[in-house]
Amino acid sequence: MDTGTKARVFKQVGTRPARPDGVDKVTGRAMYGADMVAPGMLTGRILRSPHAHAQIVSIDTSAAEAMPGVKAVVTGKDLIAQDNDFMRDIQENVLAMGKALYDGHAVAAVAAVDAATAKAALKAITVTYKQLPHVTDVDAAMKADAPIVQAGRSLETVPKGMSANVTNQCEFGHGDLATGFAKADLVLERSFTTAATHQGYIEPHACLVSATADGKADIWCCTQGHYNVRAVCAALSGMEGSQIRVTASEIGGGFGGKTAVFIEPVALALSRKSGRPVKIVMTRDEVFKATGPTVTTSMDVKIGMTKAGRITAGQAILRYSGGAFPTGTVEMGASAAFAAYDLDAVHTLGWNVLTNRPKEAAYRAPGAPQAIYAVESVVDELCQQLNLDPLDVRLKNAAKKGTLSSYGPTFDDIGLVATLEAAKKHPHYSAPLGKNQGRGLSAGFWFNFGGNTSVSMTVNTDGTVSVAEGNPDIGGSRASISLMAAEELGIGYDKIRTIIADTASLGHNDITDGSRVTFSVGLATIHAARDVIKKMCHRAARMWGIDDDAVEWKDGAAVPAGDNAGKFPPMPLAEIAASSHQTGGPLAGHHEFTADGAGVSFGVHLCDVEVDPETGMTTVLRYTVFQDAGKAVHPDYVEGQMQGGAVQGIGWALNEEYIYGADGRLQNAGFLDYRVPVASDLPKIDTVILEIPNPGHPYGVRGVGETPIVPPLAALSNAMSHAIGKRLHSLPMSPPRILKVLSEG
Amino acid sequence: MVAVTLFGSIRAHADGQAQVEVQATTFKELLDRLVEQYPGMRPQIDRGVSVAIDGLVYKEAWFAPIKPESEVVLLPYMQGG
Repeated sequence: MDTGTKARVFKQVGTRPARPDGVDKVTGRAMYGADMVAPGMLTGRILRSPHAHAQIVSIDTSAAEAMPGVKAVVTGKDLIAQDNDFMRDIQENVLAMGKALYDGHAVAAVAAVDAATAKAALKAITVTYKQLPHVTDVDAAMKADAPIVQAGRSLETVPKGMSANVTNQCEFGHGDLATGFAKADLVLERSFTTAATHQGYIEPHACLVSATADGKADIWCCTQGHYNVRAVCAALSGMEGSQIRVTASEIGGGFGGKTAVFIEPVALALSRKSGRPVKIVMTRDEVFKATGPTVTTSMDVKIGMTKAGRITAGQAILRYSGGAFPTGTVEMGASAAFAAYDLDAVHTLGWNVLTNRPKEAAYRAPGAPQAIYAVESVVDELCQQLNLDPLDVRLKNAAKKGTLSSYGPTFDDIGLVATLEAAKKHPHYSAPLGKNQGRGLSAGFWFNFGGNTSVSMTVNTDGTVSVAEGNPDIGGSRASISLMAAEELGIGYDKIRTIIADTASLGHNDITDGSRVTFSVGLATIHAARDVIKKMCHRAARMWGIDDDAVEWKDGAAVPAGDNAGKFPPMPLAEIAASSHQTGGPLAGHHEFTADGAGVSFGVHLCDVEVDPETGMTTVLRYTVFQDAGKAVHPDYVEGQMQGGAVQGIGWALNEEYIYGADGRLQNAGFLDYRVPVASDLPKIDTVILEIPNPGHPYGVRGVGETPIVPPLAALSNAMSHAIGKRLHSLPMSPPRILKVLSEG
Repeated sequence: MVAVTLFGSIRAHADGQAQVEVQATTFKELLDRLVEQYPGMRPQIDRGVSVAIDGLVYKEAWFAPIKPESEVVLLPYMQGG
């Protein structure tokens, strides 16, 4: 691995060129999932369960199929039955088999000549249900007499005697808790709950699928992972992957929620059955009810601290529900809970629990915001009770290089101390506060990942460069990739265009998730550039009549490597490209690999709030995000990620929640009743980027997209506790809940 | 031999040990030896695990090298959003 990051002076990386998708997006030219059209296209619509939990006794589609204008009707029986749990869960979430497991679960679908006919056809489908008892609360679902959502799904990790709804147990930690707690001057044990929230992406899920009579299919869709769409569609249709080409559209927000597949296999089945292209666009109601919100949680945290502010032991018990299908998110929460601390004794225990809710999907740092909210709240309360500065306490206990992390590995270079010190020095931390105002802070952490990645780079004869990558651009990756290509090649950013290739045009790429793209695709781009640089040096060597070893690449040109190589003027990329057809043919570089070495990321958030004691309304007065980006490739986008994560976290903390009625049905499936923060609700979110290089990347890059949603929950809660003198232990801290706490005297 | 630290919920399949020793020079060899020596780990390993080698998390790279002195930590299969 190339090193020397600290010494490197970048020419392109770290600059702020105009975003390549900006003009298309502000002029309405950008093609999102719902913008795709095809000749003869049908409208697909999905029939969904009105019950939280019900046996599907029968589905009669005959009346719908007989309607004029209806070209196809499908049910779960039209998908290929899967033989492993992971794929069967996807299959049965896409179209139910046997049981409807939550309000909004898909049970059938139609394709018709227009939306009105499709809607009427849904009404003509007769589904006979036998309603079953339901459970939507995670604690209730763990009780012995709880309705069983799915039987037989508990892994071998679950102790005997627990509810059949408990599907997984995980544990992490080290040291002796009893000894640790005995050393503490104060031990606090608190319980918390957090509501399920939705990613709130503005663009609904949408796809257009065109299957041909000779066994091919083209799919256009908004997704965070079109290779995954291909794999799922192939499995559920029985088609071969090579015959399905998936093209990712521009994406109107994903945040993890578009890592899952919901509608594409349904549209594919309808298209194959009808012989016509089929387009499905979810309504907002469907997005809320039938895509993937976060887990809902119930948590207990116990932490001991000395009067001097040293944490002696930490323990967390996490109960997460990812809805009606097993998920492993609690493992991430249990791993991340205490990651910011250097502890001698720490233990986390987590359970995943089935409830009659939609299957959870990822949402930025899945599982971490909840657990860290609980831990950071207790740390803050300990500081309050021991009259200690919360930043000093976090510095005193901060994980650093050499710390045995709470989840197992020993940390290498990490930026937590730097972010804490930056927060302490920042004017925000010492700014005066007024009446009913409070300041809170929280640290946050996310692992970041690499993964399977392919990049292809073409040097065009006019001296420009085309880069093809295979990860939908959800956060500015095209700009970042172009910057890294420009840096490595030594040419201008404006000479490069990066595009997202379809699944038939480039090797496999893992889903855009885990804050992996700028790290992994960037690394592949650097290697692809080095590949084509080697080829260009070879061409120059041939033209100069010297050995390849006697040529090196410098500032965008081949140059003789030292005086002994001969006296030749630099041969720029454009010159080599112009003669490429005479010197051996087209020039291209590529790289395919499994990227590893993604460095973990820490952030610290400072937040000031004011609470109106008459209404319980909270106003966020000031908010500052400090985060270690390793190396900010395009600082505008990095700041945007930090601001966006903070905003989503503010919504999670103050207002957002899935509200279920006693009937198990979702009560607020729309943006009027599910209140996300809008610009007028918020102050400017200030950002401070720290750059502690990731030793696993030649430029020092770390993923930045997920960490910023982790700290806001506790930062807001801690600020609230100072503003009103009381602490809430449930999210969201909505006005009615605040008023209730205030009224309790 | 490599010392492998186990996350809590898989320790039950290694007689409660927090750390076990196996002969492995790669991620793949590590998984193979663990399953051989501790068959109860197979369901978890078949579902997917990650391994941290000297602090870097690997999810799928079978040939990631492991040195005898490496810090090796077995983790659940990790995923993000």
